[in-house]
Amino acid sequence: MNVLSARGVRKAYGANEVVSGVDLRVASGECFGLLGPNGAGKTTTLKLCLGLIRPNAGEIELLGEPVPRRAREARTRVGVVPQSDNLDPDFTVAENLLVYGRYFGMAAGDTGARIPALLGFAGLAGRADSRINTLSGGMKRRLTLARALVNDPQLVFMDEPTTGLDPQARHLIWERLRRLTQEGKTLVLTTHFMEEAERLCHRLAILDNGRIIAEGSPRALIAEHIESQVVEVHGTGYEAWMERAKAICPRVERAGDTVYCYAEDAEPVLQSLAGQSELAYLHRPASLEDVFLKLTGRDLRD
Amino acid sequence: MSLRWVAVWRRNMLVWRKLVAASVLTNLADPLIMLFGLGYGLGALLPSVEGMPYIAFFAAGSLCTATMYTASFESMFSGFSRMHGQKTWDAILYAPLVIDDIVAGEVMWAASKAWLTGSTILAVIVVFGFAASPLVLLTLPAAFLVGLAFSSIGLVMTVLARNWDFFSFYMTLVMTPMMMISGVFFPAERLPAPLLAVAQALPLYHGVELVRPVIAGRLPGQPLLHVLVLLGYAAAGYSLAIYFARRRFSE
Ligand SMILES: Nc1ncnc2c1ncn2[C@@H]1O[C@H](COP(=O)(O)OP(=O)(O)OP(=O)(O)O)[C@@H](O)[C@H]1O
Ligand SMILES: [Mg+2]
Repeated sequence: MNVLSARGVRKAYGANEVVSGVDLRVASGECFGLLGPNGAGKTTTLKLCLGLIRPNAGEIELLGEPVPRRAREARTRVGVVPQSDNLDPDFTVAENLLVYGRYFGMAAGDTGARIPALLGFAGLAGRADSRINTLSGGMKRRLTLARALVNDPQLVFMDEPTTGLDPQARHLIWERLRRLTQEGKTLVLTTHFMEEAERLCHRLAILDNGRIIAEGSPRALIAEHIESQVVEVHGTGYEAWMERAKAICPRVERAGDTVYCYAEDAEPVLQSLAGQSELAYLHRPASLEDVFLKLTGRDLRD
Repeated sequence: MSLRWVAVWRRNMLVWRKLVAASVLTNLADPLIMLFGLGYGLGALLPSVEGMPYIAFFAAGSLCTATMYTASFESMFSGFSRMHGQKTWDAILYAPLVIDDIVAGEVMWAASKAWLTGSTILAVIVVFGFAASPLVLLTLPAAFLVGLAFSSIGLVMTVLARNWDFFSFYMTLVMTPMMMISGVFFPAERLPAPLLAVAQALPLYHGVELVRPVIAGRLPGQPLLHVLVLLGYAAAGYSLAIYFARRRFSE
């Protein structure tokens, strides 16, 4: 069963079309990732799915409700972690949850009963009475996640849940998100971290210039779009070596002073490097990041 | 209309409760200093105005102006900080509320806070014996109407604003001149006819025209007209605020 579906969704700001015919289906219980470079339209797509902004064309259904017409009804069963935290700075940690529960029509008693569990989940037990400006970035992010769960949603949208966090905080969030999927919640997240997408998401879509250019499980995307082995080479004389590598490697790319060789069989490349002591290299299996860079290019977006 | 806006009102109320002492003090200090300073200072120089001591005459204007300022400051400066700086409105919109609910909650909140300012000044007026009869209690609904009108207009400014400077235009070019011609400091009937006509087209004049008679122990001359003008400004402001808020948030 699909908890979210979008068909032919378009959104333009003036003459600038930022979402150009997006199709999405997210099944119940799935963790779905939306990847894309800066400005690709990820946040706009999430806002469209939530019914916060009006599409110029297309159809969206969220938890069985047509969006934006009945988005409000759908949002009673949805949680949102926005790209930048907007916790209420006038309140303590617990008050943030209490007040947020009210927006869902929850009585203070009901929200209050959930608060210890929510704070435990967010690793914020004991911080109920802390003021927001005394929390670290990671704590704020976790509280935002707890806030998104206050109404026990079926589906949680997360816009770059771990951007700006240190590895410890990121791993903790990952662990919590996995727990949420185990509880049967559906997650839709956007991210720039390929590692995050590879670890968490059952299915991914890569968005570029408002269009979905690839879709599938992380494994399937790697298998479909890229050679299985990568050799990264840099050091003095890399340019001359690159010319020779082109003959023995099916796909060779250069970014700055690094050469990337993509091949199903990296053996010939490694042999050619054997005698080249001035060149440093790294041989590794292809990753989602390689797919991403192949499909969206290596140029900066903004 | 649904009551979802109440959650927004209660959010602002909870913040206010935490800062109540400072908030009440700053909201009242200014108007009361004006009331007693101007009231007794100028009053010493003036014979009675419209048959009452100057300070009793000025009390109505002072109460309405303070109510107007509280409504405007809350809906504009505090509202803009919630909408723009803190992104509180964005957070609320992920929940099952729509921008209309937020506008309603903000307008009602600013009107409530303004009403509290008006009511407190009313209490001072009564305690100092400027009120002639219990009829003065009609000031309570009148102050709420004044609050509602200026909260709605203020929120229109807020949802149109791109930065803080925007508000100073409205305050300097609209509110201050309006205060001068609306019968706050002297009877508006003393104004040249065209200026009086301008005053009569603006909400503050009608607030003063409702409150001054009831402080003096009389019923207002044309209560329905004054109430309708204030309600009209509230309704028009509210509709415009919703229109521009939708444009700002849902496009
Ligand atoms: N309200 C708006 N008015 C005009 N342009 C907008 C508006 N919101 C977004 N855009 C533009 O739409 C494009 C897509 O923005 P969006 O925020 O969806 O990208 P994103 O994929 O989330 O990027 P990032 O990774 O940087 O968060 C950008 O070029 C942005 O400038
Ligand atoms: Mg974004």
